[in-house]
Amino acid sequence: METEVTSQEKVSDSGIDLSADYFALFAIEPGFEVDLVHVSRQYRHLQGLLHPDRHTTASAAQRRWSMQASSFVNDAHDTLRKPLRRAVYLLSLAGISTDEETDTQMDPMFLMEQMELREAIESAPSANDPHAVLLDVRGQLSRAMSAEQVSFAEASAAHDWSAARDTVRRWQFLDKLGREISDLEAHLDGDAP
Amino acid sequence: MAYSDKVLDHYENPRNVGVLDKDDPNVGTGMVGAPACGDVMRLQLKVTDDGIIEDAKFKTYGCGSAIASSSLVTEMVKGKTIDEVAAIKNKDIADELALPPVKIHCSVLAEDAIAAAIADIRAKRGESADAPVAAAS
Repeated sequence: METEVTSQEKVSDSGIDLSADYFALFAIEPGFEVDLVHVSRQYRHLQGLLHPDRHTTASAAQRRWSMQASSFVNDAHDTLRKPLRRAVYLLSLAGISTDEETDTQMDPMFLMEQMELREAIESAPSANDPHAVLLDVRGQLSRAMSAEQVSFAEASAAHDWSAARDTVRRWQFLDKLGREISDLEAHLDGDAP
Repeated sequence: MAYSDKVLDHYENPRNVGVLDKDDPNVGTGMVGAPACGDVMRLQLKVTDDGIIEDAKFKTYGCGSAIASSSLVTEMVKGKTIDEVAAIKNKDIADELALPPVKIHCSVLAEDAIAAAIADIRAKRGESADAPVAAAS
């Protein structure tokens, strides 16, 4: 008969604490600026602790915990190395939600620009040089994304969570737009006669 | 995910896509956006001096449900008074289109677009901008 391992055992078994925040798990100071080399080194270290070969004699409960820990570590790694996810996570640690589905009020000027960029992308396939149009939009987009990253770094460092939240909400639009451009580029490349 | 027939109909044959003159004193423009999916919606209402919606246009960049929600709204509002239109709730839109739970936020976007357009027309007419948009009191 199996019994659940206690939370104390969960921590001490491998040294991994599933209740830690992702920054603590990766032994770094919480903040937007992170050392990605350290993150990747720490990721390999943590995955090494959880490698299935180390648990061949483990009980079913321990193996289950191992799988859970592994997915926790993977999620932490993805969150820490991707700037937008890291920003959203920092907001959540500060108790701030982006309300990305329910709060639809944005600066009208920003939305106007977003609509114009989407119009440009929409009409790109019928342009003389679709790739040139997309390249131009991508250029505008990457400048805007860099600006939001700088704004977020400053706002979060100053604990100005309201400004940080606004930044992330704009950034989410830009991120989506970037993915749409990539999709369209793949489509143009793949379906070209 | 399977879209309902009504969503597909509006998605494939969207009604009233276009633009009205945003500087026309009788035109209210609502711009809203949802960061979750990067959707952007513009809804414009043209209102007679008596406060009746005589025309509506929209432009939406987003998924099929967001496009269908805004397309449906342009049909629902015509001939109604500002107050009647302000009372339209996202549930009315979601029910009509049979939106699944994960797409309810598209109907919220449409409801918020109506509110924003009405706020714009009320501001242009010098009515209190923070007058209750949904007939609350």
